[in-house]
Parts: sequence; structure tokens; C-alpha cells
Amino acid sequence: MNSEPPIINLKNVDFKYPSGQTVLNQLNFKFFRGDRIGLIAPNGSGKTTLFHLIMGLNKPVSGQIELFGQPVTTAKHFEAVRRRIGLLFQDPDDQLFSPSVKEDVAFGPLNLGKSIEEAQEIVRRTLAYLGLEGFEDRITFKLSGGEKRLVSLATILAMEPEVLLLDEPLTGLDFDTRSKIEEIISNLDISYIIISHDIDFLLSTTTQIYTLKDGKILFDDKLQVHVHQHVHPHGRYPHEHE
Amino acid sequence: MLQEPFAVGTSMVHRIDPRIRIAAATVYSVIVAVSRHFPTLVTAVGVSLVLIMLAKLPPREVIKRVIIVNMFILLLWLVLPLTFQGPVAFTVGPLNVYHPGIVMSAQITLKSNAILLVLLALITTMAFSTFGAALNRMRVPDKLVHLLLMTYRYVFVMEQEYQRLIRALQIRGFRPGTNIHTYKTYAYVVGMLFVRSALRADRVYNAMLCRGFKRKFYSLHEFSTGKTEWLFGAAIGAVMLVLAYLEWMNGSALK
Repeated sequence: MNSEPPIINLKNVDFKYPSGQTVLNQLNFKFFRGDRIGLIAPNGSGKTTLFHLIMGLNKPVSGQIELFGQPVTTAKHFEAVRRRIGLLFQDPDDQLFSPSVKEDVAFGPLNLGKSIEEAQEIVRRTLAYLGLEGFEDRITFKLSGGEKRLVSLATILAMEPEVLLLDEPLTGLDFDTRSKIEEIISNLDISYIIISHDIDFLLSTTTQIYTLKDGKILFDDKLQVHVHQHVHPHGRYPHEHE
Repeated sequence: MLQEPFAVGTSMVHRIDPRIRIAAATVYSVIVAVSRHFPTLVTAVGVSLVLIMLAKLPPREVIKRVIIVNMFILLLWLVLPLTFQGPVAFTVGPLNVYHPGIVMSAQITLKSNAILLVLLALITTMAFSTFGAALNRMRVPDKLVHLLLMTYRYVFVMEQEYQRLIRALQIRGFRPGTNIHTYKTYAYVVGMLFVRSALRADRVYNAMLCRGFKRKFYSLHEFSTGKTEWLFGAAIGAVMLVLAYLEWMNGSALK
């Protein structure tokens, strides 16, 4: 089905919090080019940790991480592959650290060695693509929540990544911004993994939905993901009916 | 929330290369700060006022800022003439008012206002990010520029976090008083702010790493220095020479 090696390949990855609590336990996960995966799981189950492991922001206790067919272990390795993976943080205030929108979107491209002219062209193009024309000189901390999220997305897309890791891209957004982001994401020509608690959103933007349970990623073929009503509160997460 | 009301403008000063403005303001401030003679200081205040006019800043806003600084100076006027001992100028009831104290207060007043006005005219007339980028172009180390711009960016986030904590206290009926409970609660708030700031700093740094941060400062700002700007630089340089000359002249005359 797919002859090239997985873009992301996690082998027997263990991760513990400094407190000693196990988060990921012998986790195995393969992600191929073209995949669109949704990840839905309860709070504290290690979804964000998983993203941070892939980006090299956290180090696994044991196990191996391969990105684009190469094992990555050192900070240097991660530096080289990070540019090809874009991570959208949960809190846009963490992501937008420059004074103006223009500078923030240009930050990545400039780090990649683009000239000022090229960076400016990328800023213009990316903002236009997201319908943010005229936002160049806006002050980042004065943007509204929805605007911040869109600009965060712009800062990542500006680096032209091959994979996107989106950590709860819809939380705290109003209906209009949600549908806008949903539309933008489904029109992207990039592979991605989305963490979300919103099953409808995942159904419309992804092709496979996984969950994390006991520190492992589960994809249950028997489990046909579908929306149904529950009298018990666990209905929002993939589960089996016994 | 902090505004930059002077940063946008089309005056002649606004159009001058920020690097020249920063350099001029810095050297000018140093000269004024080390000067002691009234002809120099009065001239300096005059020059600063001219620059304010050239920058076409709204007078009301300028006066507001000048008043704030002079409130502090007023305190000096209350203390220095009474405590800086020397020949007595006059007495008010039981109090001796000393001559050197009055001179000193007057010097400080003139110096502070001259420097404040020149900073308002030359520095606040650029956006903060421009200021950072210009400093970097003037060989200020990347680390310092990052520190400066990050502080500017996150001081508001910290303030919001502080407000959030205070609201959380208020909705649970917290009323500050003079008691251990109050001190403890405030200590928790401060501690919490430190913890949150540290965590946020980690996350921001991670976000920067994810976008290829290599500890180098890049900026979209491009600076160019044209003929009129060199002319401005030369003019303000000449003014500074005149100030230095005035100072030197009076210094030698007094000796």
C-alpha cells in the first residue's frame, strides 16, 4: 500500500512524568504520508506528550523515534527534522511571541535562512491564504482568540511543513471561527494528526480516528466510528459496547 | 493595556532612521546628565522642546507624561533644600533652606525634563519592535534584544494572569486585611505567578524551537539612512557640541 517508510515511526516508546507516573507505555505508532489521523482521548492520557515527543521537546524514557525514515535521538537530529513538521500549540499565546503578526509569521522562514524579501512574500501569501489580509502590522497580544488561532496556524504554514500536528485547534473558538478552521484544515494538502475532543470535527477532517488508552495508541478496526447518543458520559470517546 | 500613542506619525522626526534617533538620544542624554551649569541645562530643555515640536506630538499627551515625572521631582524639592547642607539661603520658621540644595534640585529638574522630552521626541516615536530591531542593527547583542522584546510581549500576558488570580480570589469572597491570611494569600498569588511564568517561558521556548529558532535575532525591519537623515544627525551633533561648549565655557569661567 505504501512503499516509502513512515514519516513518523514510534517504536516501544515509554514516557513517564518526572513524578514517576507512566504516561506512554510501550507505544507503537506509524504515520505515513497522506495520512489524516484524529486522536481523541480523555484529558491527561498523553496526547500532548505524544506530540512533544515527536518534536523532540520531551525525551522518551526508552524506545525509538524515527522521523522521515531516520532515527532521531539527539537535539541536532531534531533540529533538522523539526522544520518539516509543524506543531500548533494549544495556547496561541505560547506560539505568538513576536510584537507584530508580520514578524511572527516571518520568524520561521527567517530561521530557515530565507531573505527578508522572501520572508515578506511568504507572510503576504500565507496571510492571504488564511483570509488575514491587512493583519501584517497588528499587535499579536491585541488579537481576538479566533484571530490568534488563525495567525498561529499562519506561523506554522509559513514554514511549509510536510506534516501538521494540531493540538486542539478548536478549543475556545466561536462557531464561525470553528467552521473557518475546519474548512482550512480539510482543504490542506498536507498530512496531519489532530488532537480534539470534538468527534464531529474529526469525522469531517480525518480518515482514521485513534484513541490513547493505558499509554498505548489504539485503532480498533471493529470499532466503526459513528456518532451516537449515550446516557453515560463516556460516549465522547471511542469505546466498545460489550 | 500599554499603548504606543506616539509611535505612528508622519512628522519629520518619525521618518528619520531609528538608529540615528537612538544614537542621538543616547549621546544627548549623557551630555545633559553630566552637565551642571544652568546655561547648558536651560538650552538643553529648549532644544528638547524644539524636537517635541518637530515630532508634532499631541501636547496634551506630552504634558500628561511630563507631569508624572515631575511629581517625583517635587518630592526632591521637598527634601533636598532642607537636607543638602551648605550656606543657608533663607529660613522658613525653624527650618533652614540651604542654597546648594536649591541649586541641586533645579539642576535635577532641568536635566530630567530635558532627557524625558528628548526621549519622548526621538524614541517613543517608533514602535517597540522597531526599537528592538534598530538596537540589534546597532550591535546590541541578540540576547538583550530578545529579552527586551519578549518582556514587552509577555508583560501583558502576565498581567492578565495576575488579574485572573485576583478575580479567582474575589469570587470566593477574599477581602484583603492586615492579617496573616491576607499575607499568605498574596504570597501564594506571587508564587503562582512565578510558577506560571516559568512554565509559560518553557512553552514559548519550545514553540520557538519548533520554528527553527537558533538563538539568532532576525527582523523584517530594513533601515536606510538618506541625505536628510545624515543632515539631522549632523544638526543634532552640532547642537550637542554647542551644549558641551557651553558647559566647558562656564566651567572654566567659574574656576
